[in-house]
Amino acid sequence: MRPGRIITYVVLILAAVAVIFPVYYVVAGSIMSPGQISSYPPDLFPHGIFTGNYKGTASSGTPIGQQYVNSILQTSIITLSQLITSVLAAYAFVFMKMWGRTVLFGLFLATLMVPWESIVLPNYLTITGWSIGGERLTASYAGTMIALVLPFLANAFGVFLLRQSFLQFPVELRDAATIDGAGHWRFLSRILIPLNKPALMAVGLYVFLSAWNQFFWPLLIGDSASRRTLQIGISQLNDAEAADPGLILAGVTLSILPTLAIVIFGQRFIVRGLTAGAIR
Amino acid sequence: MTTSTVSARAGRRPSPVSLLSWLMLVPCVVVFALFIIWPLGKSVSLSLHGSDLFGRPDAYVGLQHYRDMLGSPDFRHILGVTFGFVLLTVIPGVLGALVIVLLLEQHIKGIRIFRTAFALPFAFSVASASVIFATIYNPAIGLANGLLGHFGVDRIGWLTDPSWALISVAITTVWMSIGYNVLVLSAGIGAIPTELNEAATLDGAGGFRASRYITIPLLGPQLFFLIVISTIQSLQGFGQIKILTPEGGPEQSTKTLVYSIYHTAFANNASDFGAASAQAIVLLVILLICTAIQFGVLERRVHYK
Repeated sequence: MRPGRIITYVVLILAAVAVIFPVYYVVAGSIMSPGQISSYPPDLFPHGIFTGNYKGTASSGTPIGQQYVNSILQTSIITLSQLITSVLAAYAFVFMKMWGRTVLFGLFLATLMVPWESIVLPNYLTITGWSIGGERLTASYAGTMIALVLPFLANAFGVFLLRQSFLQFPVELRDAATIDGAGHWRFLSRILIPLNKPALMAVGLYVFLSAWNQFFWPLLIGDSASRRTLQIGISQLNDAEAADPGLILAGVTLSILPTLAIVIFGQRFIVRGLTAGAIR
Repeated sequence: MTTSTVSARAGRRPSPVSLLSWLMLVPCVVVFALFIIWPLGKSVSLSLHGSDLFGRPDAYVGLQHYRDMLGSPDFRHILGVTFGFVLLTVIPGVLGALVIVLLLEQHIKGIRIFRTAFALPFAFSVASASVIFATIYNPAIGLANGLLGHFGVDRIGWLTDPSWALISVAITTVWMSIGYNVLVLSAGIGAIPTELNEAATLDGAGGFRASRYITIPLLGPQLFFLIVISTIQSLQGFGQIKILTPEGGPEQSTKTLVYSIYHTAFANNASDFGAASAQAIVLLVILLICTAIQFGVLERRVHYK
């Protein structure tokens, strides 16, 4: 090998090790016994498999199991809702003639420029100010879930991506469907959606990832540990007075399972969604 | 059915098609109006009001919050930290990804394994990444000091030393963003016609020179996009700061604008939604400027085509 090639491999391997190391450390640390993980100098390889940390996540003061359920619920509602609202809006923008279409689409895009952090305070005041039957909305479990998902039931990014995809739909197919007597609903459900699966996957996975990973809003919503999302749960394991590293790493490992699966198996779909703004 | 009648076409009444299309847009419009557009106006209004003991808005105070902010050394410190954080995350994040992607282009073996490896951090949420790094930075048992100890380097107060805290938070952020940056640049390289590189090789320009004169210039749009997006994300960074340095760091060394918004609004005993909203408006203006730059430059195109 030429020296240039060797340097290429060395640099790449070093970079890969640096990038993978925290990933390895989470998994390895999560199966280390408390004594091993807090040894100094630190130990890099687990001595056998210690399952106590995972058992601990089920029994510790932080109810990780319940928070897992909360996160799955919150993320599923947001993902499903954004898919539906985006498909409907994108369909209207592409296939229906109406007054003010371009202006409205421009407004939709403009909402993407508003950073959440600049509007989070009024949203917090609004939602925590609502009450149902004399009780604050966030006083109940269902109310907390509603508060968690409500602002994210629709997002212009999904509309934008699906509109791009629908615009490439062959006009002849659309016309043929109309001539065969297919109304809007039939055309949408039988032809358009099945033929746009990759774009829908891209939107769905992207929305899932960002909803699952939310931090700022869930931090503000949720009065008790059992109503919090997983992300807040694991960050509070870290805040605890006597933080237990093994327990923390087990919690983190559990929390990344769904997103890791998406990144490894759904990469080709997300790349499409993520780079939508970059490739022109 | 949805065929429009003659009367609908001729008259003033909307056709059924147009009504249906509006119905399809209603869910989005309602969510955007309630949770984006109205709050935007409300943010401005909050920033012009004082706060009662519980931080809730009360009397109108005009531009008082803005005057207080601009005159305060604390706020200048916050802006300094904010832009420092941008520099510490964007430059290493984009340059690192560029180097990785250029090396991956050199027809190396096992490229798929490398690609997946570099994409992995992308699976980590801000909370999980921050919690891992908090464990690594742990002063007593953390790996960072442990490994340095092997080389005889003294322990570093990664999150407790004012001169290190922001760097430590930035390292975590760069790690989180590298996966995405590699994905974007790889997609960009994939779009470059292979004939260009083949022609360069025929002309005797291999590896480094082909990168320097062909690949990098053609990656212009992606690099520019990444710089802007990373800057925007950096300016909005919150979770990693809140988790790694819960009080905004030693000597407020990690107190960025977004952290300060949170802190001003929700700090115990000193909650002030008015002042926090004024900071939120400043953030909005800064981010809008970034977006405007992005669109302005993208319109003029950054590459030769």
